[in-house]
Amino acid sequence: MTMPDEGLSPVVRVIAAMLFPFILIFSLYVILHGHLTPGGGFQGGAIGASAVVMLIVAYGARWVESKAGEESVSVLESLGGLMFVVTGLLGFLLAATFLSNFLVGEVLFGEIPTFGSNPGILNTGGTLPLLNIAVGLKVIGGLASVVLIMALGSRRDAA
Amino acid sequence: MINNVPFFAVMLLIAIGLYTILFKRNLIKIAMGIVIVEAGVNLFLITLGYREGGLAPIYTHLPSGVEIPGGLVLPVPQALTLTSIVIGVAILALILSFVVRIYRHYETLDSRNIRRLKE
Amino acid sequence: MRKIAALVFLVFVAFLLYGAYEMRDFGRPPSDMDDYIIENSQNETGANNAVTAVVFDYRGYDTLGEATVLFTAVAGVMAMFRRRDDHA
Repeated sequence: MTMPDEGLSPVVRVIAAMLFPFILIFSLYVILHGHLTPGGGFQGGAIGASAVVMLIVAYGARWVESKAGEESVSVLESLGGLMFVVTGLLGFLLAATFLSNFLVGEVLFGEIPTFGSNPGILNTGGTLPLLNIAVGLKVIGGLASVVLIMALGSRRDAA
Repeated sequence: MINNVPFFAVMLLIAIGLYTILFKRNLIKIAMGIVIVEAGVNLFLITLGYREGGLAPIYTHLPSGVEIPGGLVLPVPQALTLTSIVIGVAILALILSFVVRIYRHYETLDSRNIRRLKE
Repeated sequence: MRKIAALVFLVFVAFLLYGAYEMRDFGRPPSDMDDYIIENSQNETGANNAVTAVVFDYRGYDTLGEATVLFTAVAGVMAMFRRRDDHA
């Protein structure tokens, strides 16, 4: 059996393709539960970016670029930054200051948990889940596009 | 205090990283030294915020009988460390891409041979 | 030159170890601000996780600056590795 010119053997490829959705789901779980459990936007984003890095190692940078180019990955990052700034500006418009937590006490994400130990309700945290999602998108896009660009640019024939 | 063992560990990490930065010639090893210094600084922030026997400052399923706030570690140094880790990753990516460019231009990683800027 | 660097390095390491020796006790930090945050983060932000409350609410500007640093690093790496043949 001949090895492909980029990436690893078919065994590794199949296992990587099977693991990829589970790693993405775990990353989404860490991002969405950032205000309840250990984790948050940065950690979950790093997990999601590591899933993309696994694909780059298993399949080669060319293949990943043909599926999702570096421009579309970095659009994800810009989207996250835009969402962060828009949430901050909404706090400026609807409440007192930039980035103020204007959703506490409202219907969406506004529930205030009982003081002390509690089982954790997803519908709490005010703007924190939104900011977590924004930063998660930003970190996934940023780290994945950095690794993709470095893998594409440091091949022997790239020069 | 001589039993400040974590602080001594932090200082030794920073010293190892500084040694690598000052006395090694290979650019990759210098980048490794920068990362080791950064790990030492992160560990320093975490040890500054540790409270003896403290749990993580998260209320979800907190065991009953933990006194609040005395039984939880400090959250602000942990948040600063989170910031510092992400900035460290960004800096490492920039350093490595500089190293790749330097290697392509000079065909070497030895910092003694990369002197053309001086002349 | 190398001997001077070694001397400066040894003095600095001695300073670091002396600093660790003179540091306050490990495990008993002064904590007025952190006690306030631990006690009030649930009421003020609605989040169970005090670290997330600090990162995104009390120190939100810090996180915005950090996002800017990440963006700048990605832009720098992209500029460094841009291929010459396309989008010129």
